[in-house]
Amino acid sequence: MIAEFGHFALVCALCVCAVQVGAGLAGARSTSADLMRVADISARAQFGLVLTAFGALTYSFVVSDFSLAVVHANSHIAKPLVYKIAGVWGNHEGSMLLWVLILALYGAAFSWGERAMPSSLHARILGVQGLMGIAFLVFLVLTSNPFARLDTAPFEGRGLTPILQDPALAAHPPLLYAGYVGFSITFSFAIAALLEGKVDRAWARWMRPWTLSAWVFLTLGIALGSYWAYYELGWGGFWFWDPVENASLMPWLAGTALLHSALVAERRGTLINWTLLLAILTFALSLAGTFLVRSGVLTSVHAFANDPARGLFILAILALFTGGGLALFGWRAPASSNDKFQPVSREALLVANNIFLATATVTVFIGTIYPLALDAIGGPKISVGAPYFNAVFAPLTIPFLIMLPLGPLLAWRNDSLSPLVTRLAPAALAAILITLGLAMTRNGTPLLALVLLGGAFWLIGGALTDMGQRLRRLQNLTQTPLLSAPVAHAGLGVMIIGIITATAWRQELVVAATPGDVLQIGEKTLRFDGVRERAGPNYTSEQGRLVYIGGAHEGNALLPERRFYEAERSQTTEAAITTNLAGHLYAVIGEPVDDKRVVRIWYHPFVAFIWIGALLMALGGALGLAGRVGRRSHAVSGARA
Amino acid sequence: MMRVLIVLLVGTLLVPAYAIDPGEALGDPALEARARALSVEFRCLVCQNQSIDDSDAPLARDLRAMVRARLLAGDSDRDIRAAVTERYGEFVLFRPRFGGATAILWLLPVFLLGIAGWFVTRMFSSTTSSEVE
Repeated sequence: MIAEFGHFALVCALCVCAVQVGAGLAGARSTSADLMRVADISARAQFGLVLTAFGALTYSFVVSDFSLAVVHANSHIAKPLVYKIAGVWGNHEGSMLLWVLILALYGAAFSWGERAMPSSLHARILGVQGLMGIAFLVFLVLTSNPFARLDTAPFEGRGLTPILQDPALAAHPPLLYAGYVGFSITFSFAIAALLEGKVDRAWARWMRPWTLSAWVFLTLGIALGSYWAYYELGWGGFWFWDPVENASLMPWLAGTALLHSALVAERRGTLINWTLLLAILTFALSLAGTFLVRSGVLTSVHAFANDPARGLFILAILALFTGGGLALFGWRAPASSNDKFQPVSREALLVANNIFLATATVTVFIGTIYPLALDAIGGPKISVGAPYFNAVFAPLTIPFLIMLPLGPLLAWRNDSLSPLVTRLAPAALAAILITLGLAMTRNGTPLLALVLLGGAFWLIGGALTDMGQRLRRLQNLTQTPLLSAPVAHAGLGVMIIGIITATAWRQELVVAATPGDVLQIGEKTLRFDGVRERAGPNYTSEQGRLVYIGGAHEGNALLPERRFYEAERSQTTEAAITTNLAGHLYAVIGEPVDDKRVVRIWYHPFVAFIWIGALLMALGGALGLAGRVGRRSHAVSGARA
Repeated sequence: MMRVLIVLLVGTLLVPAYAIDPGEALGDPALEARARALSVEFRCLVCQNQSIDDSDAPLARDLRAMVRARLLAGDSDRDIRAAVTERYGEFVLFRPRFGGATAILWLLPVFLLGIAGWFVTRMFSSTTSSEVE
């Protein structure tokens, strides 16, 4: 009954969406305040209805209602409650429902929160947002109904893929979707502005906080996914250039470009067309990512279901919105404005930023799509993997890193280089000295790694220089956007340090050990104490024990496990990790070999910097956002005209 | 046997990766470093997007052994890539070789940068302060 109620709510939401589209677009055209008001009410009602459906599905998971096909296929009575709840989106249908929920949430948040702009633009944005709601609700109801019943309800479910039974499942998909789907609002901004026929600096100013919030969520979602893979997949890799990861990286790169081009559009009124195009393409890449992950074109841990009908449907949505958006852009884009600028100016550097980010986006796109496309047209089967992406990205990153610190320190319009040289000299000098020091002390570090490290130090030095300058101008906390850029830029530098050191300086030990063996990795010594059996809530496990001998961790034990999940008949590897800012010691136990046991230990130097850097980037974004909201309430209260 | 069974049961899911087994590594650190660098480039053909360096599948282990045997025999990296590709096809290479079908992969980024650079230099204004707000 609850499930039917949820299903009914979904269908109601679809109807309300249709009203939202009609009222929003027609209301804006006829400047009818009443109709536009209806669009607002619809957006909120749509959110309420989808939330109801989501609640109904969550309830069905919590009470293990196995008469629902989705619950039966993905849950189990013995599964801990947290995974029953998070398991709602650990499958295709539920995860698409989450997608639609977040889409509706953005629509409602926009309806509530965004009042400063002209009412017609506001209503058109809601109208376009409603169009996406229709597309995805139809997709959900017709091809992926989460409330489909089984004829006879089984007594027990088939359980959730053990690899997904992890606390990160609770946060990774919602964060990622809040990012992906957040770009739907920027897409709506672009389409609505094209319909409106008026795109100006104010438009860019209104759009930026929405871009920024989507970007912050996407950054956190990707970082969490990377950390999850790092500790779950058993050897400490943090990025695999897997097509599914690439699917999330593409909108991130394009979204980062959009953030920066919208800044130019807002401050200088130039690059407006490019910003419109990026806003359309960023969301198109989000949709492409959803298509890649959901269609079954790729088989991976993320592709819960392989159903060609679903793939075709998402492809149709993708073609409709991308094609429609681009066609509208071609037809209505404002005549090329006077996009001229000086080569030494902040906008010139931001254009350079966009060139690099756009090239990076296209590289990831082509690397991900090309093997599929080549195969589809009957060409040779090829693979494009990590070595290709590393080979292309490393040289692309170097000029990007060298130029990045210059941008924020240059003035808009026109500046000269000579004062910049003085201001950045300490950062450059420090970066060169540290890099030379590392080159001499860390033998065998590849040259490319050293150059990238130097670039990262230079970037951090530049960000600190920038931050010092801005702190002097900072008067109160409503001005935190001033710190947004340097914090995010320093975050990128910190992340690159983590990526390079954890790759270039990784140490590895693989041995078949008998209990009592003493193992040495780098400067750390551990004793292997053997393996014992252990029972978990819904699994049994083999738990190895490694004890530190000497050093700061003397006596501490590492307890890596191999878990066997009875219900799902599969196993996972649970690494034991000593986390430390200077590096992670990462231990895994493997198969028994005769009377010995395979033990694998890695030392990943500074690997935590990767995720700390990502957090700093997100913090930078959040600072920009916080300041904007602060400024807006300031303006509303009349303290600032 | 258990491992094969697990691979079969888990099917298309990402199998926990392990990298090399004890005793596989070559005694000579320089040769071993080359072996690892090469292993990262070869795709494990029975796995989901894993290199033979990451995979514990028997096929990957055989291929790792082959790479090391050839290194010991004095083959160059190029020889080994050619031998592995001859046996398993272009699909085994995670870094596609430059050729007719793959030229676009390698040239597109360079081409884009070039086009963008040319386009942007045309956007530089010739005068210094003629711009009107």
